[in-house]
This record gives sequence, C-alpha cells and structure tokens, in this order.
Amino acid sequence: MAKGDPGASTRGRRAAPRSRKAVTGDPELVQLLTPAGERIESVTGPDGTVYRVDFTDEEYRGLYRDLVLVRKLDAEATALQRQGELGLWASLLGQEAAQVGSGRALRAQDMAFPTYREHGVLYCRGIDPIMPLGLFRGVDQGGWDPNEFKFNMYTIVIGAQTLHATGYAMGVTMDGKTGGEDGEAVIAYFGDGATSQGDVNEAFVWASVFNAPLVFFCQNNQYAISEPLERQTRVPLYRRAAGFGFPGIRVDGNDVLATYAVTRHALDNARHGQGPSLIEAYTYRMGAHTTSDDPTRYRIASEVEAWQAKDPIARVKAFLEREKIADAGFFAEVDEQARREAVDLRERVLEMPNPEPVTMFDHVYPNGSPLLDQQRAQFSRYLESFEGSAH
Amino acid sequence: MSRIKEFNLPDLGEGLTEGEILAWLVKVGDTIELNQPIVEVETAKAAVEIPAKWAGQVQAIFHPEGTTVEVGTPIIAIDTDPGAGPIEKSAANLPTPSAAALAAVEVAPAEGMVEPGLIGGPAPGGRTAVLVGYGPRTTAAKRRPRKNSAPAQTTVIPAPTHAGPAPAPAAPTAAPAAPTAVPAAPVVPAAPVVNGNGRVGGPVLAKPPVRKLAKDLGVDLRTLTGSGPLGSITREDVHRAGSAPTVAEPLAAAAPASSAASFGADREQRIPVKGVRKLTAENMSRSAFTAPHVTEFLTVDVTRAMKALDRLRGRREWRDVRVSPLLLVAKAVLLAVKRHPMVNSTWAGDEIVVKEYVNLGIAAATERGLIVPNIKDAGQLTLRELADALTGLVQTAKAGKTSPADMSGGTLTITNVGVFGVDTGTPILPPGESAILAFGAVREQPWVHKGKVKPRLVTTLALSFDHRIIDGELGSKFLRDVGDFLTDPEAALLAWT
Repeated sequence: MAKGDPGASTRGRRAAPRSRKAVTGDPELVQLLTPAGERIESVTGPDGTVYRVDFTDEEYRGLYRDLVLVRKLDAEATALQRQGELGLWASLLGQEAAQVGSGRALRAQDMAFPTYREHGVLYCRGIDPIMPLGLFRGVDQGGWDPNEFKFNMYTIVIGAQTLHATGYAMGVTMDGKTGGEDGEAVIAYFGDGATSQGDVNEAFVWASVFNAPLVFFCQNNQYAISEPLERQTRVPLYRRAAGFGFPGIRVDGNDVLATYAVTRHALDNARHGQGPSLIEAYTYRMGAHTTSDDPTRYRIASEVEAWQAKDPIARVKAFLEREKIADAGFFAEVDEQARREAVDLRERVLEMPNPEPVTMFDHVYPNGSPLLDQQRAQFSRYLESFEGSAH
Repeated sequence: MSRIKEFNLPDLGEGLTEGEILAWLVKVGDTIELNQPIVEVETAKAAVEIPAKWAGQVQAIFHPEGTTVEVGTPIIAIDTDPGAGPIEKSAANLPTPSAAALAAVEVAPAEGMVEPGLIGGPAPGGRTAVLVGYGPRTTAAKRRPRKNSAPAQTTVIPAPTHAGPAPAPAAPTAAPAAPTAVPAAPVVPAAPVVNGNGRVGGPVLAKPPVRKLAKDLGVDLRTLTGSGPLGSITREDVHRAGSAPTVAEPLAAAAPASSAASFGADREQRIPVKGVRKLTAENMSRSAFTAPHVTEFLTVDVTRAMKALDRLRGRREWRDVRVSPLLLVAKAVLLAVKRHPMVNSTWAGDEIVVKEYVNLGIAAATERGLIVPNIKDAGQLTLRELADALTGLVQTAKAGKTSPADMSGGTLTITNVGVFGVDTGTPILPPGESAILAFGAVREQPWVHKGKVKPRLVTTLALSFDHRIIDGELGSKFLRDVGDFLTDPEAALLAWT
C-alpha cells in the first residue's frame, strides 16, 4: 500500500510524457491530467508559479491505489448505512482526487482540520478507516488521537474548523516552527457552502493579518446540500482570497496530480513563513449530501452525467494504461485489495461493541470532576436496579 | 446463529418511521451476493435501493410491492448457507415473520402512561414525540424487569402528566375496545358551529399540543365546544370527544394500510399524505401559487391526422411500432417549439432560461400516483425514435420502474387527459416549466367541413402557460401551430421543415 509520500522520493522520476504547454479547459483552472487521461507537463499560475509533478511509476500506481481504495471503502460505508448499520454517512464519491491529492501533499509534520467528509484525507494520514464509522454508528466519538496522526476530529459544525485551524496555525508561528524545509504547515478543509459562514470569513481575516502558516482548502463540490453555487457566490470562490490579502488559486479537484502540485506548493509557502493561501478544488459531489438526502430533487441527471465524464479515477487509469505504467494484473490486484479491505471493514463494523452507558461521563473533562463523579455513581445505581444487570 | 436471517427495514433517513416497498429486485429462490440491490424503497425523503446485507438465497419475502412497512419490521429472509442442505422446520428456521415482525402491531405496555401528543407520548409510527430529531421507539420495546419486583407490566400507573377528568384508558390488553362503543360526547351540532366566544364560524381556539392531540385521536376540533378560557378547546374536551378510540387508535394506526376504503364510525376515511401524493401536492401548490397561469383552448378537426396515422401504421417498417394520436401531438409540440423557442423556458427570478433542448414530459397516471417522466432531448429524435421513446416511457411508468432521473429535468409537458374520455382541462404547470398542453379525447362530432356539416374527428387542445414569460400572443401562436399541424400534418411538415 502506498502510504508513503509520493513527492518525497527522488528515485527514477518519470518526465511527463506527451507534454502539452497550454492549459486545457478553463484557463483559471490548474490541470495536469485531462479527463481523457492526457498529461499536461506543467501549468504556470497567475503569479508565475510553475505547477508540475514528477512521480515515479510506483508513485503513480500508489495514487491510483489510494483513489480506488478510498472510493470502495466509502461505498461500503454507504451500503452499511442502507442496511441499518450506520445512522448516517456523508459519501465522498467524486471527490477522491481532491482528498487524496491534498492528503498526500501533506508532510508528516503538517496538521489537518477536516469536515465530516474527509475520509480520503483521513486514509492518507494513516488512520484506520473504521474510525469515522464508529462515529456514524453512534458507538464512539470518532476516537483517533489528533496529535498522533496530525489530523483533527471530524467537525460537524459547518466552517467552525477553519477558526480552530487558524488558531492552531497562529500557535505554530508563535512556537517558532515555521521558516524552513522542516517547518510546519496547517490545512483547513471546508466546502463551498461554508464560504458563506461568518466563521470562515473571520478565519480568512485572522489568518491573513497574522500571516498564519495555513492553507484553506475549499472543495467546491457545487452544492451546499441542495443550494447550488450560484446562490453562494457571484465571483469564483478562489478570488475571494484577494480581498483578504492572500493568494487564491483554482485547481481541477478531479485531477489528483494537479491537486497534489498546487497543495504541495501552498503548504511549502506556508511552512516557509509566506502566510496563508486559498485553494479552490473544483469538483463535484457525485452522490447525495448524506444518506438522508435525495439529490434528484434539486439537480438534473444531465449535469451528473457531464461530471461522470470527468471521473477522477478513470483518468488516472487511462493515463496508467496509455503510458504502460500499469497492466491489467495491477488493476485486478488493486480491485481485489479494495474488495478485501471493504469486507474487513464491514466485519469489524458489525463487531463494534455498544458502549457501556456510564462511559458517557468519561470524556467530558480530562481529569473528571466531583459533580460528574456524583452523577456517574447515581446513574450506576440506577442501572444496577435492573435484573440481570452486570453492574 | 440461525442460518436464516431476517433483514429489518432500516431507518433510511434520519428519523423516518416507515417506507413503501416500490419494487422487489429479487424473488424467492434467487441467489444473491453481498451488497446486491434487493429492493427499492420509497420514504418521505427519497426512493433508494437497499443492498443485501448477506449473501445467500432468498427464502421469503414478507411484504408485497406497494405496501408501507414500519422501520424495524422484517422484510426479507435470506438463507445464508443454501449449500448446507434442506432447512429443518424448527421454529427458529421457519421463514415466516418472527415475533419481531409482528411486534409492530403490539401496543407497548407503557403507552398509556403518557398522553398522545405530549412530549414523551406516543407519536405516529410508534415513536415517542420529542422536540427535536427522532426519539426512541415505544412499540416493541420491552422494559427490563426491575430487581426484587414482580412482573408488573400490566399495571398501568397514571403518569403525573395525565391530568383532568378524562377516564383513564382501559388496561391496554391486546384486544381493542369494542367498536360498538359510541364516543361519549362528540358534539355534532346541527346549527352553525358556535365557538366559545359566541362567534359563528371563524378560527377554533386551541393550543398547539391540544391540536396535536386532536389530530392523533382523529377528533375534528370544529365539532367541539370549548370549555377553556375564552372558549378555547382544552385537552379534556378532546379526550371527552375521543375517549372511546384512545386505546384502539394506536392499533388501527399500526395496522397495514388497506387499499380498500375502510371507513370509521364517523364514515370518514383518513389517508396519510406521503410518497408520490405528497410530492405531487407540493409541486402543484407551489406551481399554482407562484406561476401566474393562463389557459387557452383550441378545438381542431383531426380527421386528416388520424388518417395519416392509419397510413403510417400500414407501412411495413412501422408494423411493430405502437402509433398513437399522442405521438402526433408530441411531434406537433416539438415542431411548434422550434418556431417559438420562448415557450420552452424557465422563470429563474431575475432571468429567463430558454432551452435549446426539449425534455418532453408526459404526464402518466400510475399506481404510484401521477408521475411525469420525460423524453430527453426529444427535439433531436426522428418520428420513429419518438414513437419508441413514448412506448418505452409508458411501459416503464406502468411497471412502476420510472427512475428519479427519468422524471427530472423536464422542460415542456403534455398531459393526455383524452384517454379518460374527457374533452379538456386546465392543467397546472410542472414546477420549472412554462407550458403544458392538455390533449382531450378525439371523438366524432358535427363539424362544418367544406361548407357542409359533416361528422368529423375533433379534439380540443388546452395550453396552460406561465404568463410571466409567455404573452397571450406567443401562447396563441404556439397553440395555433400545434393545432395547424394536427389539422394537416403533411402540409405543416412541408411548410416548416
């Protein structure tokens, strides 16, 4: 499994084949891999930055494997919800490249602040993918250690994590951890809908004036639940950054290579003390907002079909096949691995124990409190009043 | 663990209590894989496919298509090890609804403790009414026995909230109260309704929880005389009026909805509004009260068109094609749209979106209710392709397999009310569309033809359109063109294409 850092290796780099100079499609969009799977050698951004990647064959295959696994595990979670095993699930279908590209661009020391849909980033951070399922099954609070994995807890409140990330990033500066290759950068994930939140705009202001080492990573999946983008903004979202005084750029969020290149550049700027930036990863939520939502009520099938043609995984597969980086045996092996991991995920979810009722008192304060101790004792006595009680 | 596993209908959204089985995608005896779609279920939120939780062989299907099933009820039994030989007919293995399957119709012992309609009291679907979100189920819930106490489930302890002189509900045994019991005091005044203030008619005064209680008990507030302040109706008034059915009510609510009309003692039937009916109602109200509708009528002689259809049917290459008058109407509409593109548009607040493509909606009456699937980009189709698309659309709709994608994105609609034998109507626009054409029955009528009254095949067209976008002139020209085509299709084709 390619859990390593594809960009860090210097062995056997592969120059982009069939190089094309021009940016295809929207000139405002950084793209290195077209929907047909054709590589674009490099793209020069509006500020003169040249975006490019040169990965080894192994790294290209690793990214493909990440994308497929992340999608398969997500589909399994959706199925588990339909079967009554999860209360809810927010699928990332269609956004795999935005998440894997940015997740793999993070260096080990970087800190990430997710929403509740960043299952792909979570996977790239090396966290067991079952973790969020415990949260959505209602048996735990999503119990990974944010400090160990440098990946904060899922935040359900829309946009709130951008403020947490800003404060954290300001702390990184105060600790003197920026200004070099080994500097620490912070990334805050949010969606197009969150850009209308006060929290996000406040985070923009604070990060800007305190020059926080922070990358605002907006996955613009076109819908804030049912609200389309044209009800969210009158300018492309990435241009909002200019008003706050830091750079903004739009990347093809269905292109894992471009997302990687743009995010890596923005993170490096931040870690060197160059301050915040905004990335708008232009993508599409192929599924429902959550399993409680019916997207057919607010968007038309032809729009979904148009985005289907821009699938993030199909283009990588086409590229790998065309450049003979991978063969049918590799694709079959990845599919088989995905199937096995999905079955494993399912089995482990079904075995997740229900928590003991008294554990709800455990994580309120780090060192407990006398009042809580009293309540816990009362509640235990109540539970013990039943027959067959284990207490 | 038994090798036969029952799958219970899960809560597919957040806080849903029931779902309607739209279509079974598997049948008894089928071998199925893990996560294979087995059933399509429509809830208040969405129609979704449910993937199989286990691989194996379908042993039994408990609910036919079209039934509404409570969340938590078994819907299918799957033999997870079909290769292991025949199944012993032990109780645990019987492919019949287990106790849990039937539990949904039991009344939980504690249900009488809190009044319906109060927070914490029972709500429809066997759940507990809570302020926000969905509460715990009260049906099929088994209270754990307390230590050092005799089983006491049958003892009903009146809760403190159960105030007032209303008679305590009878012990909630399984048997419902005899239906012969006449409600003690439903006031059905012969005189005009007088409310507490002595005013005749006007709004009824009652607090929201009391209204909720009345709704739950099926009591019509307008028939009551209030005893509260300012003549408002109190909780007790409602109980008095609905005292007899209070115990029977949850039972009736939990029983599967019967398709046959089942009238209560008041000779009224209450049908829950949900699924397609609810969506239809919302769409129609929204459209009727936001888009200013105008309807115009045109009666045309379609004798020539019907003869043209006959000639079409007679052609060898059209032998297997279903050719209906609707096909010509669809063609007429598509040609007329080309001449008047503004008709195919959407009002979007500060702009009008005119579409080059026509997703032609056809209103269809199905067992699920009114649905309007559409033919995508119908303007690009040849007549033959259009005929095939119409046939496919109707068959899919009749089979109840129309997908949400088929129904979304319509731009212009035809409703074929003629099939019911009526002349015309004033159709309501589907939301987002600005014109809808009603096609009435084609019948032989006296008609002035070449200076003489002759029996001719005549039909009436009605066009409703959104007057914000389409002026009378445009609407009239469009309708006239549709009529011209149906009067003489050959000439219109020559003239326009």
